[in-house]
Amino acid sequence: MKPMKVIKIAWLALWKNKIRSLLTMLGIIIGVAAVIIMIGISAGTEATIQEQITGLGSNLIYVSGSFGRMAPGADSSSGGLVYDDAFAIADQINGVQGVVVEQSSTQTVKAGATSLEDVTIMGTTADFPSVRDMEIASGRYFSQQEIDRTTNIAVLGSSLAEELFGEEDPFGQTITVGTNVRLTVVGVFDEKGMVGDVDYDSRLYTPITIVLEKLVNNQFSRFLGDRVRLIYVEVDETVGTEGERTLDDVIYQISLLLAKRHEVSLDEPDFTITTQQDIITTQESTTAAFRSLLAWVAGVSLIVGGIGIMNIMLVSVTERTREIGIRQSVGATPNDIRWQFLTEALLLSLIGGLIGVAAGVIGAWVFGQASGMRTVIVVSSVLLAFGSAATVGVFFGFYPANQAAQLDPIDALRYE
Amino acid sequence: MNKNNAIINGRDLVKVYQMGEFEVRALDGASIQVQEGEFVAIMGPSGSGKSTLMNVLGCLMSPTSGEYILDGEDVSDLDKVELAQIRNQKLGFIFQSYNLLARTPALENVILPLFYDRTSLLGDEEQKEKAIEMLKAVGLEDRIYHEPQELSGGQQQRVSIARALVNNPVMVMADEPTGNLDSKSGAEIMDLLVSLHKKGVTIVMVTHDPAIAKYTDRTIHLLDGKVAREVINGKEKK
Repeated sequence: MKPMKVIKIAWLALWKNKIRSLLTMLGIIIGVAAVIIMIGISAGTEATIQEQITGLGSNLIYVSGSFGRMAPGADSSSGGLVYDDAFAIADQINGVQGVVVEQSSTQTVKAGATSLEDVTIMGTTADFPSVRDMEIASGRYFSQQEIDRTTNIAVLGSSLAEELFGEEDPFGQTITVGTNVRLTVVGVFDEKGMVGDVDYDSRLYTPITIVLEKLVNNQFSRFLGDRVRLIYVEVDETVGTEGERTLDDVIYQISLLLAKRHEVSLDEPDFTITTQQDIITTQESTTAAFRSLLAWVAGVSLIVGGIGIMNIMLVSVTERTREIGIRQSVGATPNDIRWQFLTEALLLSLIGGLIGVAAGVIGAWVFGQASGMRTVIVVSSVLLAFGSAATVGVFFGFYPANQAAQLDPIDALRYE
Repeated sequence: MNKNNAIINGRDLVKVYQMGEFEVRALDGASIQVQEGEFVAIMGPSGSGKSTLMNVLGCLMSPTSGEYILDGEDVSDLDKVELAQIRNQKLGFIFQSYNLLARTPALENVILPLFYDRTSLLGDEEQKEKAIEMLKAVGLEDRIYHEPQELSGGQQQRVSIARALVNNPVMVMADEPTGNLDSKSGAEIMDLLVSLHKKGVTIVMVTHDPAIAKYTDRTIHLLDGKVAREVINGKEKK
């Protein structure tokens, strides 16, 4: 028998039972669509996270103080990062383009009659916009001079500006932070969006000296010096590309410098240095685990779909016993019958797979539109889902096809 | 009888069914010969083994013992696949309940045997032409694309006759071909079979109706799995 004819016969058989064929395919359709959508979501999330991490600014090194490591009763100057460490890094390490220090505090912010609680006040330094890729939308940022003089000024995140002032122009307005720190708004940042779990737009940016001296100015911090949480070091773009200095060299030099300044050994530092790549690697392993979990869940639904095909094919074989008998009486061999039912199962899963691919691609898009999450159609996931559907079809179609092939023509003809 | 022209030459055919502990000898040494171009009826009461004989002669099953030569070929001991090919190449079937594929046009039903013919050199179009030719021969040229449920019993049986003839079989097996039909349609079907017979088609028909058997040349009476007697239907034919 010619393969095209077998396919035609199988197609006609399926066409005669349109509704049932469609219902049988549903399992495969959902399975394939689920694989594509789920992998699409996790790939989209992964891509978004990567972009956000690189969106933090390129070639960033994060130096954070590990307070836990500080020996109790140790000299105050030897624990954690202090404000001056940043200047030391900027001045003494080659290949450093910019250094940003951040120290935050959570305060109530008032502007006129509007009062917002729990606003993050981000005390930072002059390089912040360039290191963090933040654009000023209106007004200006503050200078190192203003930082040194502890000038009472602020730059607002875009959503914070809107919440405080609405349509009004915030420029030149005075806001009150905490109980009595009054700051003049000199600028508003462009929209930046969420980076990781941080909303840059809802924050207030002010010279770090304001935060250190006026907002967290308690006995404890005075005793410890101008302790800061985090220092961002932007490395020169030539580092790592020209072979002379690598990123690791810069990290090592920063470590040496800080260890010396803090009087700690390099083996037991009171600070941690992380690169952008470290963060990406961590994120990747998390999303990879997430993705394979989703793929497994979707794979299980494909198998359930395959069992559905087997189920219906078995019913179909019983129901069409008479037809099988007729075909046998005019000369169909067991193999002919086997191929017919196997082809039907295969067609069901292939057509189901195709519809599933379409549903998955459309579904991923719709899901992305509806949820605002980014979804990416991964070509390999489409091939994987489609291939699995075909395999499932052959695998679960084989048993019913064999049952059909083994029917005795006389019994089959007599079957009512 | 001229043995050289024997289409069917069955000798001491035995078919034993194992029913649990009991053996049922449905055929118990039946010998039967059918010559080329003959129209033969097989009669007998129920349980006489006529269905079993029909199934053996129609190559739907192999005899337990005995020798069956069909069209010069020993088919007594063939396996399932070989039997299927013999049915496809040499036999045509007409059943009491027509056994057409449901919701399938008459044309597709008639083409079916050609579809399973591995030796056929006919292309799709030629197969179609041949099937249409067969449908014309049974008077259904205006029902080619009708499906069985749109046809009367007599028309359905005509479709099955067209299907039985499409592969140029050496013999047509008819199992109670008029059993489901009213007397008028039944008579029409018998007239059709007679006219085919006159064109040279060998027909073996199983029936329990003596009136139907009278259309044939010869009636073989079965009893208890053996041929009890044979009657030459002396009549106005030929």
